[in-house]
Amino acid sequence: MTTHSPRFWRCIPQRYRLTGTHCTMCNEYYFPPRTICPNCRRDAKMEEHKFKGTGTVVTYTIIHNATEDFERQTPYNLAIIELDEGPRLTGQVVSSKSGIKIGMRVRPVFRILGKEGERGIIYYGTKFVPIED
Amino acid sequence: MRSVSIIGVGCTKFGERWDSSLRDMALEAGVLAISDAGIAGEDIGAMYVGNMSGGRFIDQEHIGALIADCVGLSRLHIPSTRVEAACASGGLALRQAILAVASGYQDIVIAAGVEKMTDVSSGTAADALSAAADREWETFFGATFPALYAMIARLHMRKFGTTQEQLAEVAVKNHHHGYLNPLAQYHMELKVEDVLKSPMVADPLHIMDCSPITDGAAALVLAPTEVARKYCDTPIKIIGTAQASDTLALHDRREITTLDATVHAARAAFSQARIEPSQIDVAEVHDCFTIGEILAIEDLGFVEKGQGGKAAEDGVTCLGGKMPVNTSGGLKACGHPVGATGIKQACEIALQLRGQAGKRQVDEAEIGLAHNVGGSGGTALVHIFSR
Repeated sequence: MTTHSPRFWRCIPQRYRLTGTHCTMCNEYYFPPRTICPNCRRDAKMEEHKFKGTGTVVTYTIIHNATEDFERQTPYNLAIIELDEGPRLTGQVVSSKSGIKIGMRVRPVFRILGKEGERGIIYYGTKFVPIED
Repeated sequence: MRSVSIIGVGCTKFGERWDSSLRDMALEAGVLAISDAGIAGEDIGAMYVGNMSGGRFIDQEHIGALIADCVGLSRLHIPSTRVEAACASGGLALRQAILAVASGYQDIVIAAGVEKMTDVSSGTAADALSAAADREWETFFGATFPALYAMIARLHMRKFGTTQEQLAEVAVKNHHHGYLNPLAQYHMELKVEDVLKSPMVADPLHIMDCSPITDGAAALVLAPTEVARKYCDTPIKIIGTAQASDTLALHDRREITTLDATVHAARAAFSQARIEPSQIDVAEVHDCFTIGEILAIEDLGFVEKGQGGKAAEDGVTCLGGKMPVNTSGGLKACGHPVGATGIKQACEIALQLRGQAGKRQVDEAEIGLAHNVGGSGGTALVHIFSR
């Protein structure tokens, strides 16, 4: 699917630097950023928060059959990762020599995520790699 | 609120219907349902049509008016509304139709669903379906639908000891049921080994753990229960209707291995119907992937959390078992034309409760349930029916 670039620009802080929000009323962290805290709603006091990016694999899959945009990357690992501050996100886990496991510790890396066809823009974001002990 | 009953059902053959368009199939299902109810076009007060993605599958939006037009009702100017909640579009169309009759605003109402999926390549169809997930925070990073359910399956296996063989048993059972349903997409029995040997789509889910891409349509005619017998010898009463929502993205859920939307919708529907899960004689649940049926029977309260895999293995959910599930073949073997699925589920339950389900009839079925999920659990609908 081809979209225009503002859609990607809008998400640069979140996708490049894992910037989310923190509600100082209930102390919950949100990624991607939420404007409204679902716990406190209109009483929420939200501030920007840059996540450390380290986290743990909660569950994962190895994708063999992808949508058209990701066909050339198969097979690839996709995981739900719980960041150390609490929120969870979906992302790829790459460059792992020992495969992927539930409970594996990971850290973020800046990578090309894809490209919109021959003439479309290249877009970037965060993938994850294992933290080697 | 008025009590509402089903007075007519109609369902097309499901499958790769290359000779039929969306319009053809909507007409086919609509005529079957209207003839079954013995009503005329002039009797219809409103129509609700479930359709997920006419825009991406056939480049056609504005499906509400289109369907009223192509079934020959344009001169009656009947209000016709397209309803969308991804794979739960059909179930939601049914609920909107029920609300219209229950409120007293309308009398005879059509609830229909239709999807034409095979006019595009399977890659394009997969892209269109993946739009039901969180585009910005799931599919953008390479998630596919099978991948999301695979991540649920992996964690279910880790937490509860569910096995790939138990997942495969769901497919084997639903193919067995589909074999008995003349309208099902697939008429072939499977063995556990066939599922396990089929190509991996998103580990641990094989292609035979996944529901197919399907064309099809289904329609129901609803009426106030007080007049239902005028049209039909065995009207099927709708004794519970509930809908719930949850986060669009799987990773944001309270728990990955429970669809809270299903839990909440089920609780509301059971309390409305004043019955317990154990009183259900037959159920159609949302098995878009084999793990989906395991989650459904747990979250609906038919078995304890974590016991869904074992129930599949023990044959509890098979025809002849204690709690027959997906006698139509389910999404897995009957097929999954997304917008039509929720309506087809209600058609199957109505046939079961009328005693017209042929070779797949559940003996003395009195109370049935239909469960329809949108996306990975962002929407769930539960309907309970009684004879």
